[in-house]
Amino acid sequence: MSGFLQHTFNGLVGGAFYALLALGLAVIFGMLRVVNFAHGAFYMLGAFGAYVLLTEVGVPFWGALVIVPAALGLLGMALERAFIHRLTRLDPLYNFLFTFGLTLILQDLVRSRYGVQSSPYTTPAGLQGSVDFGLFTFPTYRVFVLGFAILACLGVWWLLTHTRIGMVVRAATERPELTRAFGIDVGRWVTPVFGFGIALAGAAGVLAAPMRAVNPLMGADLIIVVFAVVVIGGLGSIFGSVAAGFGIGLIQAWGEAYLSETAPILAQTLVFIVMAVVLLWRPAGLFGREEAPA
Amino acid sequence: MTSTVDTSSSPAATVPSGLATVARAPRWLRYALLAVGLAVALWLPNGLYPAVAVDILCWALFAVAIDLLLGFTGLMSFGHAAFWGTSAYATGLVAIHAGVPFPVAVLAGALVAAVLAVPLGYLAVKRTGIYFAMVTLAFAQMIYYIANKWGSLTGGENGLQSVPRELFGLDLRDEYYFYYAALPIVLLGLAAAWRIVNSPFGRVLVGIRDNPARARALGYPVHRYKLTAFVLSAFLAGLGGGLFVMGHRFVSLDALHWTTSGKAVIVVVLGGIGTLWGGVLGAAILVRLEDWLSYSGFETIGLVTGGIFVLVVLLFRRGIWGSVAALAQRWRASRRR
Repeated sequence: MSGFLQHTFNGLVGGAFYALLALGLAVIFGMLRVVNFAHGAFYMLGAFGAYVLLTEVGVPFWGALVIVPAALGLLGMALERAFIHRLTRLDPLYNFLFTFGLTLILQDLVRSRYGVQSSPYTTPAGLQGSVDFGLFTFPTYRVFVLGFAILACLGVWWLLTHTRIGMVVRAATERPELTRAFGIDVGRWVTPVFGFGIALAGAAGVLAAPMRAVNPLMGADLIIVVFAVVVIGGLGSIFGSVAAGFGIGLIQAWGEAYLSETAPILAQTLVFIVMAVVLLWRPAGLFGREEAPA
Repeated sequence: MTSTVDTSSSPAATVPSGLATVARAPRWLRYALLAVGLAVALWLPNGLYPAVAVDILCWALFAVAIDLLLGFTGLMSFGHAAFWGTSAYATGLVAIHAGVPFPVAVLAGALVAAVLAVPLGYLAVKRTGIYFAMVTLAFAQMIYYIANKWGSLTGGENGLQSVPRELFGLDLRDEYYFYYAALPIVLLGLAAAWRIVNSPFGRVLVGIRDNPARARALGYPVHRYKLTAFVLSAFLAGLGGGLFVMGHRFVSLDALHWTTSGKAVIVVVLGGIGTLWGGVLGAAILVRLEDWLSYSGFETIGLVTGGIFVLVVLLFRRGIWGSVAALAQRWRASRRR
């Protein structure tokens, strides 16, 4: 029983990263109709940002958790203004291709500077050790990551439902033409929303630095799983993307725990099998609406 | 938005179809282009390293296979490495264990890729546009993980080494001779792609690309057409992948990696989406460039290919063939006046 709880907790922590990345992808997609392939690269930059700040400048984890997402958010806003903006009028595939090219560039820049080996990042002071919940104990840092992700998701939910910006974003996501017809300047919010989505990816990267290997390729493999996650949840649905993120984290952790001995291939491909089942059963995703007939 | 035909669902619709322009070119010009193309193909290993020339052949076939989907069906597969790589492994395994002539091994590999494309395509064509790209990418990653874990079959991280290259006792160890042995297979593949695009079936595909709702209303089973195009494309990509492993005599997990899928799409966009032969040009340029970069000790190749990709998407969306075709058309239109 305590083993099962342990795996469940680990699944939720793994799912927290999927959820943070899927959340950023979903708000960006909702506002710009852009699927940002470079989301994984920004996650990687977040982890490297934390690493560089600690080793070369001496800024600790807590400082990095503020500085890195803010800096990456600004970088994202600049990229949106300079390039992505020009392509949003065209087919969404062009921005997918653009951000793919961007991913190759960012990865190679980091690789040429820091190599492909993983760089270590120590667990921040105050979050070392573990928390005793009576029946079981969990590493403090992982408890913190899970709490942070849940708070971030709740915070975004509150922003979307209780603020004027959130109202505009939701309206623009669901009925872009009608929102404009009401005289709301949707374009004003596009750049900040893009930056915000990138900042979420950056924050996930900073959180990942003490737990996962920091290397230039850490984002690329992750983003493909996140794509499967948003196909499962339905990219149009922000709630669906977050829920699918946690759900896939759980399924992967259970698969890893109970299947990796007997069926290693199955354990590693569970997320894709879930995606196949969802495509058969509800092609629009579990929480997505049917696409308008093309 | 104001026109009655909504073409927004297809990337090719935003650029004028270069093939249509070429098909409208005078007959003598088309034959002249064909003759020049064949002459270049026959001369190629004399002007380049034969190994590079073989790579160009394989990637040309890969690119044309992807353009069949992207340019003529309006589906952007971002996971075609699954078929290129699966065929590469299957071809290698057949060659190692059965000792058959290499074209038979390549054909077997391409058939395996086509069979794999049936279930994956059946699931993927349930979505369109950007979702199709994400779904194909995810399934290709699944195949990558399977190949990585199934080490007893694929050799895992080591891949398959020293794949034999045999053709009725002919000595094909020299890349120069292998090029000419592989060329007929590639030309057959390219001719098949041309035939598909210019068949009634191909016209239906273009109809689906431009207006799926109308195609459905006319009674065409849209999903089945898309699936057929997907399987045919996977077969052609598989031919390319099979020849690639024969050319290098080994295959590694790189063949299945998502960067391979992405590079193939770059090649198509560089050459010109929806132009079919543009992919051949794009392959020649990118393969030659990458070879030159690695030969001159350049280490950040991803920076260059990524940079080219970004520039092409931002500034040069028609690609090379599409731009030339558009220029030629404008020139002829001005002369007619």
